[in-house]
Amino acid sequence: MDTRLLLLDPRDNVVVVRAHLAAGDAVLIDNSEHVIGAPVAMAHKLARRDIASGEKVLKYGAPIGVATTDIPAGAHVHVHNMRSDYTPSFVLPKEAEAS
Amino acid sequence: MKAWLRSDGRKGIRNIVVVAYLVECAHHVAREIAWSLRENDVHTIGFPGCYPNEYAQKMMEQLCTHPNVGAVLLVSLGCENFNKLALSHAVRKSGRPLNTITIQATGGTRASINAGREWVAAQRAALDAAPTVDMDVSELIVGTVCGGSDGTSGITGNPAAGRAFDMLIEQGAACIFEETGELIGCEHIMAARAATPALAVEIEGAVAKAARYYAAMGYGSFSSGNADGGLSTIEEKSMGAYAKSGRSPIVGMIKPGDVPVKGGLYLLDVVPDGDIRFGYPNINDNAEIAELIACGSHVVLFVTGRGSVVGSAISPVIKICANPETYRRMADDMDVDAGRILDGEAGLDDVGTEIRDLVLALGSGARTRSEELGHQEFILTYKSFEPIGPACLPA
Repeated sequence: MDTRLLLLDPRDNVVVVRAHLAAGDAVLIDNSEHVIGAPVAMAHKLARRDIASGEKVLKYGAPIGVATTDIPAGAHVHVHNMRSDYTPSFVLPKEAEAS
Repeated sequence: MKAWLRSDGRKGIRNIVVVAYLVECAHHVAREIAWSLRENDVHTIGFPGCYPNEYAQKMMEQLCTHPNVGAVLLVSLGCENFNKLALSHAVRKSGRPLNTITIQATGGTRASINAGREWVAAQRAALDAAPTVDMDVSELIVGTVCGGSDGTSGITGNPAAGRAFDMLIEQGAACIFEETGELIGCEHIMAARAATPALAVEIEGAVAKAARYYAAMGYGSFSSGNADGGLSTIEEKSMGAYAKSGRSPIVGMIKPGDVPVKGGLYLLDVVPDGDIRFGYPNINDNAEIAELIACGSHVVLFVTGRGSVVGSAISPVIKICANPETYRRMADDMDVDAGRILDGEAGLDDVGTEIRDLVLALGSGARTRSEELGHQEFILTYKSFEPIGPACLPA
């Protein structure tokens, strides 16, 4: 595994980013290379493999929610493509959207 | 550790004079009384509401008779509904010096402030001369909370706090973890750690109650900053928060103001029982810290990723910074740099040991960063609870 990434549990379908990744950076996940499309901040998640819409997202070996779209391996996994199975996550609008 | 022995047998690692307002209308007078001595362990707490509430009454009684408290000044406006007679009786029964200033009877703001300052200064001097006794780790109660969490919290700071919990429990201490609303999604693995099957049922029920409650409120216990920091859902935040509990068996489940009867790991159920009446269970991190302290916590471990700065009235708060970048920006506010784990410079056991050692040092005169910086946050709002069932306590 790429030293910039952390696999917290062998069952997981996401990995955690240990340092900031810039657009264009290449990372190695399970021996396949993926090029990062947009910056990904520290402690965010990347898909370890293709995750189908409706499939559980697994971190710490446990389900942390469900994919709301098909997520390709290497893609940023976050509030834009997954949701809670319990209650919605509140996110403030970004500055551009708020004005 | 050195401590002050109270008449109920509990020992305190601080000897605080508490100035407690009994309605928001008395808050200014209480604050003015405490302000000039705020750097000499005089702390302000209080309840802002004017309607009676059993939970608030119990919280105030437990806080005013907390082992870290040596003397209590109650500040009443005079016409509020808070039961100050019951509170003053509980404090007097505990053997602590007590005074009640009723603003309407004392002649208003200025006369009340002057009378209060004089009494508090005399108590401070008396408490400073009070003798101390030895205190063992097995007499400690330690709480833990996380706030301003991000994706690092569950990898570094929370599991390190969990290691510290394991070490303290091994030495006989009682440790309390909490926020059932931030354990949603962990109920089954948590119930599997319960000491008895009946306790497992109680734990699953408490988390189900939290999930129902937050679903009715429309949002989980999840802030926009959590998402900026890489957390996507309440379940993900919960899994990280759960790591604070360490690996010891869960021996009991308590509610705010219940004090653990013996050592071991306890879950604190903070979500109100019955119909939803008073809004969000805990409106911010300090509401949780106040509840951990009302359960007797001598010290609270606070794990933060985004960078909280808060402390608390009554008990010291150790701030454990999970995120190495946050630590570099806010080191002056942080007691422990758990981000070293992410940088590969330290292991969970190293940081866990550091946290445990710091807890013990606080009992020997050391102070936390938030104490040094003068933090004394406190908040108490309305809630309602049913008493815990017999299955919730260790045999």
